[in-house]
Amino acid sequence: MAKTDRFQAPDYYLLDELLTDEQKLVRNTVRDWVKKEVSPIIEDYAQRAEFPKHLIKGLAEIGAFGPYIPVEYGGGGLDQISYGLIMQEIERGDSGIRSTASVQSSLVMYPIYTYGSEEQRKKYLPKLASGEWLGCFGLTEPDHGSNPNGMVSNIKDKGDHYLLNGAKMWISNAPFADVAVVWAKDEEGVIRGLIVERGMKGFTTPETHGKWSLRASATGELVFNDVKVPKENLLPNVKGLKGPLGCLNSARYGISWGAIGAAMDCYDSALQYSKERKQFGRPIGGFQLQQKKLAEMVTEITKAQLLAWRLGVLKNENRATPAQISMAKRNNVNMALEIAREARQIHGGMGITGEYLSCAT
Amino acid sequence: MKILVCISNVPDTTTKINFTDDKKSLVTQGIQYIINPYDEIALTRALELTEAGGGTVTVLNVGDASTDATIRKALAIGATDAVRINAAPRDAWFVANQIANYAKSNGFDLILTGRESIDYNGSQVCSMVGELMDIPSINIVKSLKVDGTTATLEREIEGGKEVITCPLPFIVSASEGMAEPRIPNMRGIMSARTKPLAVVEPTDVPQFSNVKSYDKPAPRTQVKMVENDQVNKLVDLLHTEAKVI
Repeated sequence: MAKTDRFQAPDYYLLDELLTDEQKLVRNTVRDWVKKEVSPIIEDYAQRAEFPKHLIKGLAEIGAFGPYIPVEYGGGGLDQISYGLIMQEIERGDSGIRSTASVQSSLVMYPIYTYGSEEQRKKYLPKLASGEWLGCFGLTEPDHGSNPNGMVSNIKDKGDHYLLNGAKMWISNAPFADVAVVWAKDEEGVIRGLIVERGMKGFTTPETHGKWSLRASATGELVFNDVKVPKENLLPNVKGLKGPLGCLNSARYGISWGAIGAAMDCYDSALQYSKERKQFGRPIGGFQLQQKKLAEMVTEITKAQLLAWRLGVLKNENRATPAQISMAKRNNVNMALEIAREARQIHGGMGITGEYLSCAT
Repeated sequence: MKILVCISNVPDTTTKINFTDDKKSLVTQGIQYIINPYDEIALTRALELTEAGGGTVTVLNVGDASTDATIRKALAIGATDAVRINAAPRDAWFVANQIANYAKSNGFDLILTGRESIDYNGSQVCSMVGELMDIPSINIVKSLKVDGTTATLEREIEGGKEVITCPLPFIVSASEGMAEPRIPNMRGIMSARTKPLAVVEPTDVPQFSNVKSYDKPAPRTQVKMVENDQVNKLVDLLHTEAKVI
């Protein structure tokens, strides 16, 4: 049965006062949309390990695809804190759906906007912003995860086109993506970015089955077998590892906000459950054991909110360093993991059912 | 068609209400404000009418500058422009006078508002504006259709429904069912940045009533459970303890 989303966001330090009216409007809009469109259906899709494709249009309408890409290319023209808040609210509903939005924004639209030609921007960005096309990002390979510089995917200059060979793994959105931003080494061993389109001969996207996490997100491989990629599909304005790492910086920034959403949902669910579940004649929230857990959760969420907000300010001023972004992502993701674990404890046996903690999957 | 929609700025439905120590006002710290949900229904129906038949939707709020965020949301949902009467909404009589004064000089075909605001639940403004403007006012309406210069309205009444026709202009208060509120989209939020929001100074209105104090409901008392085969005991308790029968 579709569940009613009774989520109430914690704001222990009145951090809303740090946000502009527009940032709050953006956040509340996405929150309302998640309550109406995501929460009632997501458990069912997660249980069936299926991506709810019908949400793509709605994600585009609320501005989840390229919120900080300029309006002239179909983006939202919003600031980085608004982008973060959008990610927070979507992940509050489901990490897999946030992943789809992150990939589209930071790993597909961002590189096309930042490293692409004007023709590439005009061709791809409006369609990606509207959700008409969905994109994916090919960096990780079966034998090269943490060390992307060791990649073996490669392109060879064949005069009027590049010949692409290789394979990418753990690619969100791969099974149904219309375009893929793919990183491969040229004949000099320099990493270059290419836009590969579905339908190009030799390009296949087998789905990864049997996942225990991000179940409502589609993950797959990208396999390139002598794919002829037109020369105009090469991203002209970047060479080397800084290309994909620039994308990952933007994605990591979004994840540092998204993790807050996941944590907020776990905390809210645990708080509600602790008020409803009675043992020894009173709600379990009346016992100090649970109160300590809940107090620590809301403390960590508040700290994470401050970290993300300050990082957003720095990002808006173009001053956020990769190390600062990594610190926020590392802290906030770890915080969300710990809170998910504690929230499961508070839920007791119910904590492993989808009914209560879909975010923890 | 030129439509005016009157919106209130009210605390979010999940707000925990607290009053100041002197019991004269609400503690506003940490409260999130929203468009009064019934007014949002009215706004949505107004947008549906103008999308189908052309026209403009102006939203009006009586409030200080702190309500601008709520007004911008109404613009993001799709209103054409907005007016803020720059004054704290003292009571229904004050608000109704401000609306009527503005509407009289701006020639609207239709005025919509919600059946009541969810904070003070007065349900008075619609009727008052109708009287002040000498136009019909129809309260708590579930369905509103406009055909040319005449509207057909449906009201839910005990055991059935009432169908009313009324020539424009008139004022109507919206109830659940008139429209399904919309979530604004990104285009709407972006365009709301530049839509006109006029600030108009209020007119003087005599104050007849004053709020003496606000109190929260008395805390719930202990519930007594009565076994289902002990009806006499239940009746006895209702009579002697609860004193309701």
